[in-house]
Amino acid sequence: MLRFTLTVIRRDLLLAARRRGDWLTSQFFFVMVVSMFPLGIGADPNMLRMIGPGVVWVAALLASLLSLSRLFADDHRDGSLEQMLLSPEPTVLLTLGKALAHWLIYGIPLLIITPVLGIQFALPGEAILILVVSLLIGTPILSLLGSVGAALTLGLRGGGVLLTLLILPLYVPALIFGASAVDATLAGTGAEAHLSLLAAFLVMCLLISPWVAAAALRVSVD
Amino acid sequence: MQWASWSDFWAMGGYGLYVWGSYLVTFVAIVLEIILLRHGRKDTLKRLRRMRRWEEQ
Amino acid sequence: MAFNLYYYAAPATFYGLAGRLIPWFAWGAAVLAVIGLYIGFFVAPTDFQQGEAYRVIFIHVPAAWMGMFIYLVMAFWSAIGLAFKTRLSFMMARALAPTGALFTFISLWTGALWGKPMWGAWWVWDARLTSTLILLFLYIGIMALWAAIDDRNRGDKAGALLTLIGAVNVPIIYFSVQWWNTLHQGASIKPSGTSMDEIMLTGMLIMAFAAWFYAIAAALTRVRTLILERERHTDWVKRILEP
Repeated sequence: MLRFTLTVIRRDLLLAARRRGDWLTSQFFFVMVVSMFPLGIGADPNMLRMIGPGVVWVAALLASLLSLSRLFADDHRDGSLEQMLLSPEPTVLLTLGKALAHWLIYGIPLLIITPVLGIQFALPGEAILILVVSLLIGTPILSLLGSVGAALTLGLRGGGVLLTLLILPLYVPALIFGASAVDATLAGTGAEAHLSLLAAFLVMCLLISPWVAAAALRVSVD
Repeated sequence: MQWASWSDFWAMGGYGLYVWGSYLVTFVAIVLEIILLRHGRKDTLKRLRRMRRWEEQ
Repeated sequence: MAFNLYYYAAPATFYGLAGRLIPWFAWGAAVLAVIGLYIGFFVAPTDFQQGEAYRVIFIHVPAAWMGMFIYLVMAFWSAIGLAFKTRLSFMMARALAPTGALFTFISLWTGALWGKPMWGAWWVWDARLTSTLILLFLYIGIMALWAAIDDRNRGDKAGALLTLIGAVNVPIIYFSVQWWNTLHQGASIKPSGTSMDEIMLTGMLIMAFAAWFYAIAAALTRVRTLILERERHTDWVKRILEP
């Protein structure tokens, strides 16, 4: 059963490796959005430190949404999505695999870029570490919830903007717990509680969103 | 009775802008919704009647 | 009982039933609103802490309640629709959303106008305000999704799924915003409404019932239009359309 999920993940990774330009766009978007903030707000290190975690987190939300609109769209266009839906494997495993593959392709690179951005925002080492950890726990949430939105908006005109409209409100808890973990580190109060809440939200999303995404996919493709 | 005069009533103890601003916008919003609802119903009826006539021909 | 339920769940019978109910609810809402406003403005005394500004409460709180309550009712109809594939449930969800969004907007607007004299700011990032704002975003998202999907069946189910996942999320959002609020001290000032006069509470409850009745009347009116549109090929709608 899990083999089906793994096959889906491997297939998506392979496709991503072949079309490198596609997923690099989203990473560059992330870097650029974050870099715009000091230019717009000013370069005072104290202020940058204050807004840094939130800015990185918001940029991560937007970058993930940017790539999510294509999560099912390419497979839908070439017909392979219908093939996968016709297979006897449960659709949940497909949507789970899709979301995890999205996280591997788009989430992991964000984690690697983030320390550099943290330095740009004058964050101390410990805060950068917590920022990366919070993104490590938080980005799968973005992929999982986003897969629901991608399934709902599959094939609609203006799907990308619509997806943003639908999913951003649902991202709020992840944003709050994630960014406040870093804030708490900066304030010296410890980030464990925030990270635990973030992890609890992740578990919940992991348990619920693949099912909803599967139902949504069936609704959208039928 | 809470008010000595009408001007007292409209002034709302100096908070007139806030109180009447709230009630006015609520009133306008609800009246607008009612108009839209009626309009929507009439519109739909008209459209469906037209479609029906067109189908019969 | 079950028979009756199915009888009224048929769009044709519900159309008639709704048509008969609407005037009652609409006039009920109007009468209650007049009574509530009379109590609110002429019977209820001046609040000794907030002065006259507290009189915004008579629309603010009912609107906030209705904004949340209508979302819950939408989630209920969405779940019923997905579980039992009843056409009418999806139509109810669709009919409720605009009114819910309207009440959410009113609660935000009046909250801002109440907050300015009380807190000295139009807007504070307080847990209630923020989660109400997010609730409005959810309403907008759901309505945008319906608007974007031409296929009726797909739109119904997609909207229902989004409504449900939103309903699961709203409590978490509220909790997270509250959590975030305790972290960033300073914005957590609340109106000191702990000791509320009985007559104020009465006025507020009457206004809440007025809002409730109004919402029912509005949703029923909207659902009737939806039914007509969707059932336009049936004989009974054709009979209605006869001039």
